[in-house]
This record gives sequence, C-alpha cells and structure tokens, in this order.
Amino acid sequence: MEIDDKEIEKLANLARIKLSSSEKKGLGKDIESILEYVSEIQKVSSPVSDKKPDSSELINVMREDGQPHESGLYTEKILSEVPQREGDYVKVKKIL
Amino acid sequence: MIKIDKLDIKKAHEGLVNGDFSAVDLAKACIKNIEEKDKDINAYLEVYDDVIKQAEYADKKIKNKDNITELTGIPIALKDNILNEGKTVSAASKILENYKATYDATVVKKLKDAGAVFIGRTNMDEFGMGSSTENSAFGVVKNPYDTNRVAGGSSGGPAAAVAISSALGSFGSDTGSSVRLPASFCGLVGLKPTYGAVSRYGLIAFGSSLEQIGPMGKTVGDVEILFNTTSGYDKMDSVSLPEDFYSKHKKKEKLIIGVPTHFMKEGIDEDVLENFNQSVEKLKSLGYEVKEITLPNIKYSLSVYYIVMPAEASANLARFDGVRYGLHKDGDSVIEDYFETRESGFGTEVKRRIVLGTHVLSSGYYDAYYNKANIVRNLIKSDFDNAFRNVDVILTPTSPTPAFKIGEKKDPLSMYLSDIFTVQANLTGMPALSVPSGSVVRDGKELPVGLQIIAPLLRENILFEIGKRFSGENN
Repeated sequence: MEIDDKEIEKLANLARIKLSSSEKKGLGKDIESILEYVSEIQKVSSPVSDKKPDSSELINVMREDGQPHESGLYTEKILSEVPQREGDYVKVKKIL
Repeated sequence: MIKIDKLDIKKAHEGLVNGDFSAVDLAKACIKNIEEKDKDINAYLEVYDDVIKQAEYADKKIKNKDNITELTGIPIALKDNILNEGKTVSAASKILENYKATYDATVVKKLKDAGAVFIGRTNMDEFGMGSSTENSAFGVVKNPYDTNRVAGGSSGGPAAAVAISSALGSFGSDTGSSVRLPASFCGLVGLKPTYGAVSRYGLIAFGSSLEQIGPMGKTVGDVEILFNTTSGYDKMDSVSLPEDFYSKHKKKEKLIIGVPTHFMKEGIDEDVLENFNQSVEKLKSLGYEVKEITLPNIKYSLSVYYIVMPAEASANLARFDGVRYGLHKDGDSVIEDYFETRESGFGTEVKRRIVLGTHVLSSGYYDAYYNKANIVRNLIKSDFDNAFRNVDVILTPTSPTPAFKIGEKKDPLSMYLSDIFTVQANLTGMPALSVPSGSVVRDGKELPVGLQIIAPLLRENILFEIGKRFSGENN
C-alpha cells in the first residue's frame, strides 16, 4: 500500500511527533517497504484466522491495596528530574 | 599491571580470594584499557567516577570475608538503559541525555549486593532499536576485531567493553537479537534468558512482551554466574516467573539436538553456513544425536516481530512527553510541547518505529497487522513446542553474516534481516545462548562467528551444559 505524505502526517500527529518534510518523504518510503515485507503474514491461514488470539494463557497480575510508603519519601528524588517545576508541582502550560 | 585480557570471572575470583591481586588492581587495569583503546571503539558513554571507591569497598569485603560472592570485586559494564540510581542513564537518546536514574534496576541491586564493581554505562542503539549501534545518538561502536565494522547491536557497547578487556562481564537487553548478535560479532558468549526469568524492573521499556536483560561474558561459565546472580522472582515485574516455575526437570542422559536446515537456505553467508555445519559435526563428535526438524511458520517470524515490536515501542515511548523527565522543548501549548520535545529528542530510527507502530495499531489496520501478527506468533510458538517434543535444543547460526561494515546497511529492511535467526526466542519467550564458534576471514581480518542454541522455557541449564561442552570448558 502507498504511504503518502498525508498518511505520514496523520500518523505523526497521532504519535505526537513533528516531522520535517524531508523526514516525511524518507519515512513514507521506508514504511511502505517494511509494510510490503511484513504483509506476507496475510498469507498464513490458520484455523483461528479471523479471531483474536487465544489469551487464556495470559492472566492479570494484581495485588491488594496495601500500606503506602511514607508521604514525600521520594518526592524530591522524582521532582528533581522534572524539566519544569513549581515547588512540589510539575509545571505545565495552561490547558483550559 | 595484571593481565586482565587473560582473565575471566572465575579466574579473577580465584585471584581476588587468594590475594594475588585486589579489586582495585582489576579496576585500574580496566580503566587503563579504556584510556588506551576506547577512543577508537566508543564503547563507553561514561566511565563512573567512583570505580576505585567501589573496588575499595569490594576489597574490604574480601579481606573481612564478608558475604563474598563470585562477583565480589568483579568489573562489570552496564548497557545505558539499565537504571543505576543517581547515575545518568540515557538509552543513548538525546531525549534522556541528562536523565539521572531515581532508583536501581533489580538487576543492578542484585549485582551491588553481590559486590560487583560497575565500570560505566555503555553505548547502544537508541532505546535498543537497531542491530549495529549505528542508531546511537552518541556515535557508533566499532568492532574491536576490525574498526571498519560494527560491534553489533543494540548492545554493542556492553559487548565491545568486554572484548577490549575493560570489564569481565556486562549486561545488555535483548528484544530481538540485542545481546546475542553483538556477543557473536565480538567473540563473546551472550544469553537471552527465558522471558520472566530476569526482572525487567528498571530497564527502560521498549518491547515489553519481548525483552529481557541478559549477560555477556568470555565463557559460558561466566555467563552462567551472571545469570544466576540476576535471575529470580521480583514482585516489581508483573511478568516475573515465580521460583517454583523452575521445577526440577529430570536430567536426561542423552540430549538430542534439532537443526531446522530448511530455514538456512537463503540469505545466509556461505562461510557462516560452513562454520555452522562444522559446529553441528563437532557436537555430533561430542556424542549428541542430531535430528532434522521442521518449523513450518518460522519463515514468518521476522515479519511478526517487525509488527509486534514497533507496536509495543510506539506505546512505550509515548511516556516521553517532556513533562516528567528528560528533555523539554517549548512549543505554543502543552500539546505543541510534546511535538517539539519528541521531534528534537528522538532519532530517525526511533521515529520510524513509532510511526510504523502507530500505523499497525491504528483503526482499520489493527486486525490486518497487529492481531494477525499475534495469531502467527502463537503458531510459531506451537511449532517450537512441537519440535521440543522430539529434541532438547535447537541450533541455528546467531547471525546470517559476520560483523558488517559501518554504513553498509543503509536501508532499514536490510538491517532488520540481521535478526532473522534471533527474533524467534523473543517471540516465544524461550532462552537462547550465543557461543563463539570460530571465525571467518574478511579483508584479511578474522571476524568471530556465533552458534545459537535455543532451549525450551526455563531450561537455561541445558544451554549452559551444551555450551560448556561445545566450548571445551570444564564445569
């Protein structure tokens, strides 16, 4: 299938990535050839071909809510990696 | 100065315990090798400033006979995507260039408890995306056997670090080939453990259903020590396997080796194939029975991998938003900040895989690609399950070619084909070991080649047993 500039733009938008126009051209071509290669899996026929894979082997690993750690124990460590902060808050631009 | 190139972990351990040399001597020998050799290789992104201090601490433990393990005082290199608290961990990406880990990966914690000495963090393909380290934001890692060639990837730094004797062992991560391929290109032993055997807690996530942290070393015995030290149940990794999964398998008297010859007809270097056939003969002469096997869907594994992996990568890398950690670039709004940050932070291959992953997961294509890939993934799994009813391990070459030249594989698809023999172990979760099997000559230089041994889930012990006999190591 053809992956044109418009399609790449749509995908980049979904993925929250800005691309330059030369990047768009290159990516479109690369992805086209990768998709052409991986499309060989469409040829595989299997008894469950149109169904979702059997997920019976997969189980969710849950745990009960327990005692949380002491409040503020890791705050400074984590916030010291935040690009923009104000006190103990992560600072972002106005949303509304 | 001690001859560290003549040592492996076992010998170094004996030397440390007997007092032939100290952990500080070992650490200094490593640093000297980095100073002399690494400007041509580029294995290290950072040599830690506290290496000697760590080694002094290990020496004290050895002197006081305080919880000495086989790794106490042993110099180890880490891939730059395994968290080491307080140290920079960048995944060789601009987006994490200045990120300092806020906690220890479970693997790092276990190694610290064992008394290992961390030499530094080593280079890799950005986020692990590549088979040559050419995708690192901080320059390619060159192969110590021929600096015109790649060291393999994505864990090229950890492999080259051991190959230049600047560490006696190292840890990489393996999502599709990333420990085994560089190990084979650099003449080392490398293990991709059973999925869930080693905790992924503190590994920067890329392909969550595929990846494992795995060790590299000079001998199978060393890799076994590194694996035993770092494996085990961890409540911080929800796919970690409970200890009782390692049920006591009966030891078989005679192991049978399976070879899928039908899968080695195309795209494989003639000399590599010849080397592989010699390895098979060698194993026969060691008394193993060799059987031909057929894996009907194995030809689709690379396609399945290059759908599942980018899908998972696109989801995992959504976390890099410039808000909570890492690089931040300003745009006109919150959402523009994301676009700007991710544009300048990610390299081309990362963007390519995120966009590809977004495509295979997007409405209208999800069933044709992602769901279909999962169906075929299960078929490949059952092919292997069926094969393992008749054989105990399966052999392939680790890579279809020896180390290739830097810049040789410009087209992404040709790079992806390097993983043709390795992605199966990631798709199925099975453990796989790459052991050096000799060399081939290119441009007058001897380049190492690796033999891959694949075992059923949780049977690392069979890999070590056969690997040691193949390499002529005593147990």
